[in-house]
Amino acid sequence: MKRLLGAVIGCVVFALPAFAQNYPTRPISMIVPFAAGGPTDIIARIVAEPMSRILGQQVIVENVAGAGGTTGITRGAGAKPDGYAIMMGHMGTHGVAPALFPNLKYNPATDFTPIGLAAGTPIIIVAKKNHPATNLKEFLAWAAKEGNKANQAYAGNASVSHTTGILLGTMMPGASPTLVPYTGTGPALNDLVSGQVDFMTDQIVNVVEQIRGGNIKAFAIATPQRSPALPDLPTTKEAGLPQYEVSAWNAVFGPKGLPADVTAKLQDALNKALDDPNSKKRFDDLGGVVPGPDGRGGPALQKLVESELARWVPAIKAATGKK
Amino acid sequence: MDLVNNLAQGFGVALTFQNIGLCFLGCMIGTLIGVLPGVGPIATIAMLLPITFGLPPVGALIMLAGIYYGAQYGGSTTAILVNIPGEATAVVTTLDGHQMAKQGRAGTALGVAALGSFFAGTVATLFIAAMGEPLTKLAQLFGPAEYFSLMVMGLVFSTVLAQGSVYKAILMVLLGLLLSTIGTDLETGQERITMGIQNLSDGLDFTPLAMGIFGFAEILRNLDTPEARDVVRSAIGRLLPSMAEIKQCIPPVLRGTFIGGLLGILPGNGAVLGPFASYTVEKKIAKDPSRFGKGAIEGVAGPESANNAGAQTAFIPLLTLGIPPNAVMALMVGAMTIHGIIPGPQVMTKNPDLFWGMIASMWLGNAMLVIINLPLIGIWVKLLKVPYRMMFPAILIFCCIGIYSVNNAMEDVLSTAFFTFVGYLLIKFGYEPAPMLLGFVLGKLMEEKFRQAMILSRGSFMTFVERPVSAVLLAIAFGLLIIAALPSMRKKREEVFAE
Repeated sequence: MKRLLGAVIGCVVFALPAFAQNYPTRPISMIVPFAAGGPTDIIARIVAEPMSRILGQQVIVENVAGAGGTTGITRGAGAKPDGYAIMMGHMGTHGVAPALFPNLKYNPATDFTPIGLAAGTPIIIVAKKNHPATNLKEFLAWAAKEGNKANQAYAGNASVSHTTGILLGTMMPGASPTLVPYTGTGPALNDLVSGQVDFMTDQIVNVVEQIRGGNIKAFAIATPQRSPALPDLPTTKEAGLPQYEVSAWNAVFGPKGLPADVTAKLQDALNKALDDPNSKKRFDDLGGVVPGPDGRGGPALQKLVESELARWVPAIKAATGKK
Repeated sequence: MDLVNNLAQGFGVALTFQNIGLCFLGCMIGTLIGVLPGVGPIATIAMLLPITFGLPPVGALIMLAGIYYGAQYGGSTTAILVNIPGEATAVVTTLDGHQMAKQGRAGTALGVAALGSFFAGTVATLFIAAMGEPLTKLAQLFGPAEYFSLMVMGLVFSTVLAQGSVYKAILMVLLGLLLSTIGTDLETGQERITMGIQNLSDGLDFTPLAMGIFGFAEILRNLDTPEARDVVRSAIGRLLPSMAEIKQCIPPVLRGTFIGGLLGILPGNGAVLGPFASYTVEKKIAKDPSRFGKGAIEGVAGPESANNAGAQTAFIPLLTLGIPPNAVMALMVGAMTIHGIIPGPQVMTKNPDLFWGMIASMWLGNAMLVIINLPLIGIWVKLLKVPYRMMFPAILIFCCIGIYSVNNAMEDVLSTAFFTFVGYLLIKFGYEPAPMLLGFVLGKLMEEKFRQAMILSRGSFMTFVERPVSAVLLAIAFGLLIIAALPSMRKKREEVFAE
């Protein structure tokens, strides 16, 4: 209903001459390329609310899910670059997608106007609760010994647990776990809790309560610093796998060719939204990490996209045997 | 006495003025939007999620749960009135529910659905409160192999859905299975039968398929038989079920509640099987199975109760374990997370107000649904009096809006148009769509679970018989198949049909 109303108002206002200095004069739609309720959707909704207040126009989250997020991003990349259609890109859609989708219709590095990093959710290595290992070193030794007898769950093609899981596999000497696909985080986690599979990697928000409740065990968090949500959990650096450092980052992009003043306004709104005490608390609750001052803004995001592409694409292609 | 104390605490939370209001509002909105053909609970909750942001967490979740029940019930309303199932679990309701509507017994069908659902909801609420935790442990015994065997059993059931030829029903199940393989391969990420259409890369959606094959095709068929058009309008009949009809429905409701509630606990969307299983049971034990598919009231009462019981008990894995068993529950997880409560195994101890408040609100929500829907029945039934030349275009327009709004995609509307013609042809050649939809729904789960089981067993088929639960399920399925295939039994069946 709200969306319909927004669209009607939008059409009426659109008839007026729109100058960039007045931007925004009608609601802005933010495409989230995943289903409502997932981590990226939640992060988008947390920032959309204060951004709406700051910009004086509704920022409406529009979920366009499909094909590992690339359906929504393809649509967003083709939108008119007027600042009324922006999107929440993601480690998968802007870092890994070219390796998994040979017919990808966009280039993550050149087809977008980077607006800024929103928040990342760190990756944790988790295992079933009666797993024999008690720490990461023992786990690595176990994985090397078991070879392909170890079962690693993931939440489907191109999901975060898939790509971060493959990356972990490339860094575990001697290990070659058998990958077991699921159709989502819920089913994968369910079988990890009931012990059907041995281990997986996933975002902190998905596993934190299961770890606290003792349903699964965690070996390490793949960030440079420990998370306030799980202060006892060592980082991969402390636990002996420093090269495994990953976080599922989420960032706001516009289509290519967004006017500079529009970009600046959106950047300003995003940064203020990230500093909003209410959103800070919400990010803390879900273990999200908000970038510091030097991680924000367009240039920093562009750099991140390029470095992520350079790191993920060869690694995933090599591991999955795709060219 | 813990149970009584806990429920008292829950009702203390749910019965505050604000929460009663939110529960009512949720059920009302859910019913109204859910009645839009094609808009099922998932789409409704996703659309309405933002309006709960300003509310306190417990209130927001109570309202969302209300929207869920409301939309679920709204889906049954469209199934009965216009033969359009809002989601997979309402498919069975179209079989006898819409036939009842055609005979002028729409009010009775809707009333039985509402009362049966209320009863099932009440039982399921108590069930969750008393047995939630031990049942979670039981459900954890179900791994991929057990699931696969359960789905096989479901497919064997599906042949019973057929009103005509069993042979044709099997063909339709197979077609449904084939359709379910369209999309990206789970394991390799390769696209299958997508013909390069990007929209198909995540597979066919249930909504366009069901609406095209059921609702739109039905409209087309009505258009080419003018004399049939007056059937629905001719007699409206009584609005509420009579005492005799209610009595007739008590055993099916009890059985449906039990079956649906049990299947709903299983993580991985076991609830979809509930209504199908209930229908199968009712048809099998009926004295005169030939009435089924022609407006048998048990065919509405049983599955509707199973549907609602399953919808409630599907909350069990979410509330006790923090793991969503289906897409609707995944949305509830998102809603909880947005409100700062990340669901997990400790919700019950860390947020007892939320946990017991939710459970109490389930019962409240079901009561609200009866209060909202019994008076609405009169309005819905009057809608059937609207002349077809006005009603058909209106249905088509609302359906198209509904389909579009689910994914914001034009392609979904086009694929509905495509399936309308497929559905029309199927009707003309005497193939029934219900077994196909069951094949389609089960096919996805079945393939996923089969492959997971095979990967975990490293390619050994023995896994399905080595695991005791799986072996028992397969044995039941096999037994049913033999009964269906025995020539003497079949002959008897045909005699029944001939009568």
